[in-house]
Formats: sequence, structure tokens, C-alpha cells
Amino acid sequence: MLSNITVGQYFPGNSPVHRMDPRAKILLTVALIVLIFVAQGFVGYALIALFVLGVTRLSGINPKFLLKGLKPILFIIAFTLILNLFFYQGETVLVQLGFMRITLEGVYYAAYMAARLVLLVMSTQMMTLTTSPIALTDGLESLMKPLSRLGFPGHELAMMMSIALRFIPTLLEETDKIMKAQTARGADFESGNLINRAKAMVPLLVPLFVSAFRRADDLAMAMEARCYRGGNQRTRLKVLKFSKLDGYAALMTAGLCALVLLERLMPWA
Amino acid sequence: MEILSVQEVSYQYSDAEAEAVKGVSFGVEAGEFLAVLGHNGSGKSTMAKLFNALYQPTSGKILVNGMDTQDEARLWDIRSTCGMVFQNPDNQLVATIVEEDVAFGLENNGVEPGEIRRRVDEALKTVGMQDFADAAPHMLSGGQKQRVAIAGVLAMRPKIIVFDESTAMLDPSGREEVLNTVLRINREEGITIIWITHFMEEAARAGRVLVMDDGKIAMEGAPREVFTMVDRLKEMGLDAPPMEEMGRRLRAKGIPLKEGILTVEEMGAELCRLCLKN
Repeated sequence: MLSNITVGQYFPGNSPVHRMDPRAKILLTVALIVLIFVAQGFVGYALIALFVLGVTRLSGINPKFLLKGLKPILFIIAFTLILNLFFYQGETVLVQLGFMRITLEGVYYAAYMAARLVLLVMSTQMMTLTTSPIALTDGLESLMKPLSRLGFPGHELAMMMSIALRFIPTLLEETDKIMKAQTARGADFESGNLINRAKAMVPLLVPLFVSAFRRADDLAMAMEARCYRGGNQRTRLKVLKFSKLDGYAALMTAGLCALVLLERLMPWA
Repeated sequence: MEILSVQEVSYQYSDAEAEAVKGVSFGVEAGEFLAVLGHNGSGKSTMAKLFNALYQPTSGKILVNGMDTQDEARLWDIRSTCGMVFQNPDNQLVATIVEEDVAFGLENNGVEPGEIRRRVDEALKTVGMQDFADAAPHMLSGGQKQRVAIAGVLAMRPKIIVFDESTAMLDPSGREEVLNTVLRINREEGITIIWITHFMEEAARAGRVLVMDDGKIAMEGAPREVFTMVDRLKEMGLDAPPMEEMGRRLRAKGIPLKEGILTVEEMGAELCRLCLKN
């Protein structure tokens, strides 16, 4: 039941978007996020939305996945929408409900904010859907390298992330095993109220934690035996390399930025 | 030529009252396949961790290919020369992809990427795991995981590989698969093997056997010589299979269990039969 869980939401593929260097994807996603905050007006947002949809098309990922990713933040979107709708101080009153009123400016502003959130989630999702967690980790490590000179533990963080990724399936398997062993001894994980169920987790969590610590100990020793000594002199089997693809992607993103910014300067904006 | 030389070595854990290893001396010739036998707590695993400076001896000296394990300047050379494969196949693989795990040691030593690629491919081929280069470790069987761990050590081109009960957690077929790989590496690559185990049948395939008991070397010699001394081995608790031991204890508690039970299945059947009778 727990064994076929996937980490993150990576959707394997071989599209140009998948083949891009993870560093390029991270940087361009950051650029896109900044652009979403800078952009104003519906034309700008429409341009960005078109771009995100175009990239989705290129990646061969079903747009349904993007919509599915919006589900967890649906509440936040609805909340900001309503809040802005009622509390934005506008001039043109549309509806007056006692002391609350909805203004035309409020409607516009609420729509902006909602569009902004949707675009933010969609564009970051494009990155996580097309990049494996381990490639993301490698990309982050490489990008954080300059910071390590300032004492920022970039390599250590990346190593921790990749070890976590390595051990999630192992620990899930173990959880499954312990649950079965406890069920065989009469433990009941499924019935009862919330408190009873939380209590039933104790005989599951205690052995799991004990074993996780033992594993950590073993792994540390195995890493030392294989000459691990931090990240300073380390080389990598797979060296990240920017390709033409990343150049095109950067050009396209730059083009989008230029369009959005130009549009803001137009007289109608 | 002696590639590993252990001289009057003792080791005591900081929180223990007695020494785990007590003044042990022996040598290992280059290209040898040495099995170290001993029951749990005989000090054999502790001793193994002294060979590649994971632990430092409380007294005495260990030379790995002429390098003193207490010489900190040579630490990484020592660990590259004397590789180690551990017991739990899950807890020694670091990376999320097989080939990246094999590359781990080389990456740590700052080997240049092209050379890493060559050595990783070569090592995976040697252990017969080249078809799994892109697999995730958790999708592999126990025996396959141990072969990946062996490849990770092999890629560093060691002269000695220490196996610390590396088959203890595997099923019989996985155990056979790993042992055959190791025997082949020993034969074809001439790598010295130190095989720590409590399985008599595995030790029987080594060139030389060292039996440890209570932190000391109790017996030493060719498998044939050692295994004829059945009574002494029994004294050290070495050949009692776990079910035999369990049967003995149950009988001592007054449960009328028949003698000569060796496997878990037999034990289960016998216990069920007794339950039904009552």
C-alpha cells in the first residue's frame, strides 16, 4: 500500500523541457516568479499564462496535472479573492451590503491577485513536474556553490536532501512491515476516534525512529569507509552542462519579460 | 607479501568494561581469501573496523599495505586501499541511482569525471550489475544491493576488501550470489578478501580460517583442519543453528519439543502440533 508512493510530483519524459539543465530551469522559474510580481494588468498576465501553457504543451504534460496542483491552494485563492473583493477601498461602488461594499476596482484587484497566485503555482509546477528531485538537488547544490565561500552549507544541504530521497522508500517499506507486524499482534490502526488512533501510532513510531537512528549510524560509517569528508574536493560523475536548449529557453523567457514590461509602458496600460 | 599486518592489537569501547579485541596478532598475504569466524560478540566485527581506521586500536599497531592506520595523513589512502562492505544492504547505499552510488567513493576522492565514468562502468560489469546502472537501489533485491556495494568499493581499486557479515541479512540465493561474486573477484582480480561471517559453510570455502572467541584468536588454519575440531567449535557456540538453540531453551522450560529441529518451518510445525494436542 505504501510501496508505490512517488516522491515529489516528477512526471518522467524526454521532452525539451525535461532535457533542460536543472540549473537553467531553477533560474528561469525564479525569473518568471519575479516577472509575475512585476507584471500588472490583464494583458501582462495573459502573456505569462500563454507562455506557461506553451511550455506545458512543449513538455507533453497533460494540463490536467497543472490544474490538479492548484487544488491544495484553492482555499487560499478563494480566501484572497473574497477578502480583496470586500475590503479593497475603491471609488466605483457596484453593490452595497450594509457597511460592506464591492467596488469595480476591488473586483479588478481581487482578480489580479487570484491570477497572480494561479500563475505562481503553475509556473513552479512546470519545474517540479519536469525535473526529478535528484536533478533539482544537484542543480540547487551547484547554484549554491558560490554561497559556500560565505559559509553557507550548500553541499551539506544537498547531501541531506539526496539521502532523504534515498531513504524515503526504505522507511516507507519499513513502516509497512512494522504495521503488519503490530497488526498481527492485535494492534488496530484503523478504528476509534482521533485520540485512539493517535495512540495506536505509538507502537509504530517508536520502532521506526529507533531503526531510523540505527540506519543513520550505519550509513555514516559506510560513508566514512568510502572516504567521505565533506564537499570541498568532491567531483561528480555527472557534470551539469548547459546546452543550446537552455539558451533557447533563456531567450524565450527574456522575450516574454521584454513583452510584459513593454506592455506596461504602452499608453493604454 | 603481507598486505595486512595486525600486531598485538587491542580495542576497548569507551563505554565498555572489557576489551572487545584482546591483543590479537596475525598477518594476511596479498591475494588471500581469509574467513574470520566467530559468534555474536566475539569481537570479529569490531576488529574489522580497525583495519580501515574507522576505529583506532587502544594498543598495538595495524599496517595496511605498509601504512600505519594511526597515521592521519594517510587516512584516505588507507580507506581507498582497504575497502569495506557492511552487513545491512540498505544502510550502505548513499545515492538514489545505482551508478551514482558506485561513483560515491571516487567522487569523494576527487577523481576526474571521465575517469569516474570508466571505473564505474567497469566495476558494475565486474559484479554483473551493468543492466541496473540507472535503477533505484530500493527496487533491487538484497543480493543485488550487496553487489552494488561491492562495485562501489571495487571502483576505488582497493587491494583488500573486508566483508563484515555481508551475507547475514540475505536469503540463501542472495548469499550464494554474493559469495560467488566475491570468490571470482578474489580469483580474477587478485584482490585480498577478509570474509567475516558466522556461517560455517561460507568459511569452508575460504583459503584460511581464523576463529575468534572472546576477542582473541581461538583457532587458525585451513578450513579442513579447523572444522574437524567440532567439539571446540561447539564450545564457542559456533555451530548451533538458532532453531536448535531455541528448541534447547524450550525443552529446558519443560515443553516436550522433539530434538533435531533445524529450520523455522520445522519449528513452526512442531509448535502447532503441540498446541493442537493440548
